[in-house]
Amino acid sequence: MPATSKNNRDKGILSNIDWVTLFIFVVLVSMGWMSVCGASYNLDEGTKLLDFSARSGMQLVWIFSSFVLGAIILYIDDRLIESLSYIIYIAFMVLLFVTPMLAHDIKGSLSWIKIGGFSIQPAEFAKFATAICVAKVVSSFNLDLSRWRDLFISAFLVLLPMVLIVMQKETGSALVYFAFFFMFYREGMVGSILFAGAAAVFYFVVGIRYADVPLWDILPISSGEFFVLAAIHLFVAGMMWVYTSLRKPFFQTLCFGMIAYVLAVLYAKYLIPFNVCWVQWGVLAATIVYLFYLAVRERLWSYALISMFALGSIGFFYSVNYVLNDVLQAHQRTRIRVLLGLEDDPKGAGYNVIQAKIAIGSGGLKGKGFLNGTQTKLKYVPEQDTDFIFCTVGEEQGFIGAAVVLLLFLFFILRLIHLAERQPLRFGRVYGYCVMSIFLFHLFINVGMVLGLTPVIGIPLPFFSYGGSSLWGFTILLFVFLKIDSARFRLKK
Amino acid sequence: MEKEKKKYALGKRKYVLSGIACLIVFTYILRLFTLQLLSEDYKADADNNAFLKRILFPARGAITDRNGKLLVYNQPAYDIMVVMKEQEGVDTLDLCKTLNITPEWYKRRMSEIRDPWRNPGYSRYTQQLFMSQLSAEEFSTFSEKLFSYPGFYVQKRSVRQYSYPYAAHVLGDVGEVGPKDIEKDDYYNSGDYIGKLGIERQYEQQLRGEKGVEILLRDSRGRIKGRYQNGKFDEAPIPGKNLTLSLDVELQALGERLMTGKKGGIVAIEPSTGEILCMVSSPTYDPRMMVGRQRGENNRKLSQNVHKPLLNRAIMGQYPPGSTFKTTQALTFLQEGIVNTHTSYPCSEGFHFKGLTLKCHIHAAPIALVPSLATSCNSYYCWGLFQMFSNRQKYPTVQDAMTRWKDYMVSMGFGYRLGVDLPGEKRGMIPNAPYYDKAYRGSWNGLTVISISIGQGEVNATPLQIANLGATIANRGWFVTPHVVKDIQDEELNEEYTTRRYTMVDAQHYEHVVQGMRQAVLNGTCRAANTEAYEVCGKTGTAQNPHGKDHSAFMGFAPMNDPKIAICVYVENGIWGATYGVPIGSLLIEQYLTGGLSPESEEKAKIFENRHIITSDDASNK
Repeated sequence: MPATSKNNRDKGILSNIDWVTLFIFVVLVSMGWMSVCGASYNLDEGTKLLDFSARSGMQLVWIFSSFVLGAIILYIDDRLIESLSYIIYIAFMVLLFVTPMLAHDIKGSLSWIKIGGFSIQPAEFAKFATAICVAKVVSSFNLDLSRWRDLFISAFLVLLPMVLIVMQKETGSALVYFAFFFMFYREGMVGSILFAGAAAVFYFVVGIRYADVPLWDILPISSGEFFVLAAIHLFVAGMMWVYTSLRKPFFQTLCFGMIAYVLAVLYAKYLIPFNVCWVQWGVLAATIVYLFYLAVRERLWSYALISMFALGSIGFFYSVNYVLNDVLQAHQRTRIRVLLGLEDDPKGAGYNVIQAKIAIGSGGLKGKGFLNGTQTKLKYVPEQDTDFIFCTVGEEQGFIGAAVVLLLFLFFILRLIHLAERQPLRFGRVYGYCVMSIFLFHLFINVGMVLGLTPVIGIPLPFFSYGGSSLWGFTILLFVFLKIDSARFRLKK
Repeated sequence: MEKEKKKYALGKRKYVLSGIACLIVFTYILRLFTLQLLSEDYKADADNNAFLKRILFPARGAITDRNGKLLVYNQPAYDIMVVMKEQEGVDTLDLCKTLNITPEWYKRRMSEIRDPWRNPGYSRYTQQLFMSQLSAEEFSTFSEKLFSYPGFYVQKRSVRQYSYPYAAHVLGDVGEVGPKDIEKDDYYNSGDYIGKLGIERQYEQQLRGEKGVEILLRDSRGRIKGRYQNGKFDEAPIPGKNLTLSLDVELQALGERLMTGKKGGIVAIEPSTGEILCMVSSPTYDPRMMVGRQRGENNRKLSQNVHKPLLNRAIMGQYPPGSTFKTTQALTFLQEGIVNTHTSYPCSEGFHFKGLTLKCHIHAAPIALVPSLATSCNSYYCWGLFQMFSNRQKYPTVQDAMTRWKDYMVSMGFGYRLGVDLPGEKRGMIPNAPYYDKAYRGSWNGLTVISISIGQGEVNATPLQIANLGATIANRGWFVTPHVVKDIQDEELNEEYTTRRYTMVDAQHYEHVVQGMRQAVLNGTCRAANTEAYEVCGKTGTAQNPHGKDHSAFMGFAPMNDPKIAICVYVENGIWGATYGVPIGSLLIEQYLTGGLSPESEEKAKIFENRHIITSDDASNK
């Protein structure tokens, strides 16, 4: 009886490919097409879904060409692609560099170049080039990303296209490259970098959002400040639990802090009102000093690092206000304030978000049905067939449809993690994580902005947003990984 | 070993990343849940965005008289609507010139529209009423230039039009709804019309119909993109119901003609049904004055007129009924057994007792019930009431007697609103025991209140109540609540207007009163009403008026044994009942029973038409 792997290889690409992922891909692309139909449907001209002058018809062309593209990729030897990694990367960096010079201005963006009758956006393909190159570098040199030097090398490969894309005035597309940090984390980057990033976002959002909300009526104590300082204290305690083995200092820090806060709040509320944050500063200062003392006494770096985290957190939080008010430009400030619900600006920056919420909210449980959405068809939502495509899903397919789409994406991403983990070679795993990270980041930002939870950053929803470049970009990204995955038995033998 | 451990730890990180993905997706699903399932606001916002709901106004019900003659109908008129958001940049001066309005008026109107207190449903995005009821000619000049006034629209509406200049008080009118109406009933929006007076107000629910709606799709730039689902959710307006009034417009016309230059009211009732055949209040006005844009101006003029033409004296005027009231006393005394038909009372040019004197005119005495009605003897009724109120066998106290008396009056339709289907009816006044206890601090007797027996003193009644008294006598003891609407299209009349209400007096006693009223016509105070053609019964009233000349009243019905019409004519300051009341009443009876006036009667009518009591120029606004 022949070995299973040999048997698989003999059957060729069709039996080794991961049909589950392929199936989800086809389902998502089909649902995407329905959404584009709904979003671009023209009431004046009636139903012409298959007409190539309409966006629904064109999207069909992109979809079928992406299927062809995917099939071609599956028949290219993955080793060829791997060996061309550097060349692909360099070629795209050059292309990104020259794009702003060749591009014609589309709504202020310099990211489109014309080839023949079509406009393409090189930034959409650069993600693939970066992913394959980073995977190659990390696997070829067996980089240990927990070491700062190796992390910097990898990060450089990611930051280069970012800078080039920012020069095309496509800040949104550039931000996508932060997704690679998920992969870095999997490959050994110090977890606290990820945590510090999350903590920074938390300080920023909570601190600004609740800056002007008083803790209670009598005193103008900022609840934003109060909660951020309390969170810093909790994070410090949490880090002491995770990174050190001494339990007594942990309990001391936690209990001392909490008791001090509760007493301060009660005292200020029922006896003499005063700014409770003073007590928090005092407690945090004492904690930092205590941590340094522990670092010296126990000869443990961890304590010093934790105290530096606390100092950094406080510094970051208080500088955010300064940056927001004195560094950022007015329109950027407005965007942030609208996003955080501090400003109501139905005609300006908030218009998209409000209309998006109305479109989705009006969908109800079952939605209005295919092509029956009113908000999208009457063009109330700007960019409704590209960045705000999820509105159409929400309006026409309702909660059920939108939740199914999100769950499909979740399943898709979890499947990619599973595929990446089963790769025998580091190259495949790193590349797989790059692909997964990019999809996750797009999903996170795009759906989040439509739902009013993340800032309005103009990036497409994979497989849904109208456009050939993005669909082809995602197809290449995915199918190269499927090809690598299908070839894994060759090495397992 | 160390490296193994590290590798193992890194492998675990896939769970962290999976966890992050799950966290994101489930947070978003939760958010979707709150957006789509927990809040209805977004649905409403979406509808406001996408749907332009155009109201389709129903035709208001038409009103005809009892013979099918059209009284009130609809005529097309054009309202100019404005959408504030779109009208910026319009050449205001040019617009004012086209519409023939002043820029000041324009400015004032615009600020009125924006005022949320005056215009609670205001929105910058929807059509607001700018100017109402343009005539067809005004509309055509405006529509030629409409293209140069973005944000202005024309809405076709219908206004009320009246075939006859009569019955303004009964018909009433329609006008724009006020803020209170809008608050009370969410059927109305700013700029809608609502019945303001008379039938139009009383039967608003039936007349207005139901508004329809046409749902149009509007895109983000405000352009109309067709009908939503091809009109599947549109609702056609339901036209208002037509009303048939019990009024006879010919009779009404004659009544108003005869009351020219006089103040007072006439009510004629068909006794068997309680249907009001005519209801005149004088001075009156032409209902057509209350149509169109001049409505406000005319309304102001009328309400400032010293003779109060807007007051419907037939149901709002409260007058002493005078001698017409003696019939109620005769009936009460007979039913209570105070008198019988043979009982006679003395009268020596009046009632004299214990130093109290109440004058009467010269006639044969002593006098019995029937002739006392015919000659309208005051003494008879003073004696009757005195005997009743002094009868301690029957009534332990004078208060008990009073209460008994009051119950009789109330059963005959006095002292409370009758419940006519018109707004603003007054209840008149029938005093009761507590009233006198308070007024005289408990020290009073039959003599103190003696003047109530002849319809004077504290007693007050509306012409409607007096006419209704005529109807109860004609019916020998019952009446149907008087009403002006005879028939509502596809709807039953309120039971109130079809059921008999019996008085406390038996039918047999009514025969004597009928005889008394017949005698009054044959050889008593109402001789002028006598005719060979049919048997008229009548009773005059000359009500003392402390403010000026006495009021002239007449109450009667005909024919005696098959009554078709009961009537009350009340002319303020007309002095004797026989001076105005009887002749006007008899002319109206003739008109109704014979369908017209004989040449002699026509001559008589001309005389009364030109005999004026009030002389000021604005007495009549026709």
